[in-house]
Amino acid sequence: MKKSVFMGTLAAAGLVATGAMAQDAGSSTLAAVKDHGALKCGVNPGTPGFAAPDASGVWKGFDVDLCRAVAAAIFGDPEKVEYTPLTSAVRFTALSSGEVDMLARNTTWTFSRDVDLKAEFTGVNYYDGQGFMIPKDLGVSSAKELEGATVCIETGTTTELNLADYFRTNGMDYEPVPVESFTEAQNQFLAGACDVYTTDASALAASRASFENPSDYVVLPEIISKEPLGPLVRHGDSEWGDVVRWTLNAMVSAEELGVTSANAAEMAAGTDNPEINRLLGVEGELGAMLGLPNDWAFNVITMVGNYGETFEANIGESTPVGLARGLNALWTEGGLIYSPPFR
Amino acid sequence: MTTMIDPPKADGFRISQLLYDTRYRAITIQVIAVIAFVMIAVFLLVNVNRNLASLGKEIDFGFLSNPSNYDIQQVLVDYSSQSSNLRAAYVGLLNTLFVAFLGCILATLIGVTAGVLRLSKNWLVAKIMTVYVETFRNIPVVIWIIATMAVLSEALPQPRAFRGENPDASMWLWDSVAVTGRGTYIPRPEWGAGSVFVVITFLLSLVAIWAFGRWSKRRFEATGQILPNVWIKLAIFAVPTLLVFFILGRPIALVSPALKGFNFQGGIQLSNSFLALWLALSVYTGSFIAEIVRSGILAISKGQSEAAFALGMRPSRTMNLVILPQALRVIIPPLISQFLNLTKNSSLALAVGYQDLRATLGGTTMNNTGRELECMLLMMMIYLVVSLLISSGMNVYNKSMKLKER
Repeated sequence: MKKSVFMGTLAAAGLVATGAMAQDAGSSTLAAVKDHGALKCGVNPGTPGFAAPDASGVWKGFDVDLCRAVAAAIFGDPEKVEYTPLTSAVRFTALSSGEVDMLARNTTWTFSRDVDLKAEFTGVNYYDGQGFMIPKDLGVSSAKELEGATVCIETGTTTELNLADYFRTNGMDYEPVPVESFTEAQNQFLAGACDVYTTDASALAASRASFENPSDYVVLPEIISKEPLGPLVRHGDSEWGDVVRWTLNAMVSAEELGVTSANAAEMAAGTDNPEINRLLGVEGELGAMLGLPNDWAFNVITMVGNYGETFEANIGESTPVGLARGLNALWTEGGLIYSPPFR
Repeated sequence: MTTMIDPPKADGFRISQLLYDTRYRAITIQVIAVIAFVMIAVFLLVNVNRNLASLGKEIDFGFLSNPSNYDIQQVLVDYSSQSSNLRAAYVGLLNTLFVAFLGCILATLIGVTAGVLRLSKNWLVAKIMTVYVETFRNIPVVIWIIATMAVLSEALPQPRAFRGENPDASMWLWDSVAVTGRGTYIPRPEWGAGSVFVVITFLLSLVAIWAFGRWSKRRFEATGQILPNVWIKLAIFAVPTLLVFFILGRPIALVSPALKGFNFQGGIQLSNSFLALWLALSVYTGSFIAEIVRSGILAISKGQSEAAFALGMRPSRTMNLVILPQALRVIIPPLISQFLNLTKNSSLALAVGYQDLRATLGGTTMNNTGRELECMLLMMMIYLVVSLLISSGMNVYNKSMKLKER
């Protein structure tokens, strides 16, 4: 009798539970962000120039500006962002679990991340490549001379995989020292626990700039990979992906069309150029199509700036990071930065 | 006149009896509990399945056979970045077991010493041990791990300090051991022809020590005479092996590490991440074991040691022959859980970049493949199995130490 009572209970419970199905988690991200009143943005825990809190605790940087731009497009207020510092190892989990709405965290766009990891990359805001930094007194001038070196490497990054491939294909041995974050990698490298620090060349430059004696360290000439860095969102919500994608495109187009934070208000009064008019919401209903106010791009440009402005302000040659535009110049100036037209 | 109490109706069953009749109440409560439990479980499972399906990520363990594409610092078996993710997880598991095994041994040594010394009559020694126990068990272990790592990598000289005409640092023990900020390099044995015989002799002498121990005990019980056991055992331990070693012309050579290129090469490297994790885990867990040992000793009634003293036994013999064998019965069960704690705490290894199971399967592999749920489930299963194996092994030992009731 006991057994039949038990089995009956199990069956009943199963039936009831199947009836009380779980709710669907996949609702509109844009609506959820508007409801929440702020954008939850995953950023790097501290890479000078790209994302780092300043002395008063305010997040600043090139990637941070992208979060601010998206917030400006949605709310008309770039400060409505909640930043979540994420290590490279936890970023995708945080994104797919819904802890953050978007990642602007110098993340390389790769096939498997896009397809297998179910992330949607919404553009490239920095074209990068992996480089090596060493102390000058080691007297090494090429990455090919790094046989037997100890290498500091952030775990869970594409650079970890590139490194393994590069040394294997060149028939060299190395000893990996896995570290969890950019800051820890720097500490280990400065303490001499590794001979070489390898990561994206932009981050190497940023890191070198923050050292006490930058001239004691050199970045080797080899760039061993393509690292297109960009923002990403979860797979499966294309409307939300569009918002992030076109916010970045608006910043790029603005630079291309000569719209800056200084002259946007003037241009919004109306210009002869129909594309500027469409971008700034003077003509057409582009904002409404995205589910945003019609002056969304105007807000982005006046409150955050165009692509070139944020580049110069955070990582350009006048800043301590001191990166040249290089590949990241507009396509009209020999670079790769290009936006589809606003039409 | 009516009766005061209505007699229970023998026939018929009313629904309210399920709640008010003690014969049925227990079953009702259990049925409700099972329904609630199964509902929660099914709810969670259905939810997970639906959410994974909506992300397009059905549960799939196929990633385990794909190449891992990353390198691991400390590799106990053959491994390269072309090996599979499963192999990487296996390497990680071996690293976990390696540090856990050595950690349990060192923690026991430290813990027993500190526990006994804390009861010492010497005020200074007892107080020093109190300070040790209280500082180490009251600060989170991850802080000890990171602090140990920081001290090791910042305070010790880097390999480049050993270079040049007048190096800032030099090797220890006749240039055979290099202690650096990257790790400690010790000589590596090189097995020449005939080294098999040396190893066999060594193993045989271990058997001989065991046999001698039994024989000497029987002799002691029969005649009451005590042999200088320690010295005889030491002689059996060393003399035959050394004899064979020299007769065969020293087949086992030690290769000292030497600075070559960027690092020391040729020796065995104990990386700083391993040393930091091992030392911090051992010293931390040792402080708990010290308390367990102390409580075990204090649990033995004072009469036992007084009786031993009355028989004229010295304090060390009293401890070894009277107190500790009885105290072990109190000590072993909580000791098992400390071993389990140490093994599980070793998953903090990633804090210092030691690539254990958590850092390979639950770290890089999980991150590269995006298979969070699968990796987590596998990892939980592996830790569960390891813990159960450790505790069942220790339970066998516990049984052999238990008071035998005949």
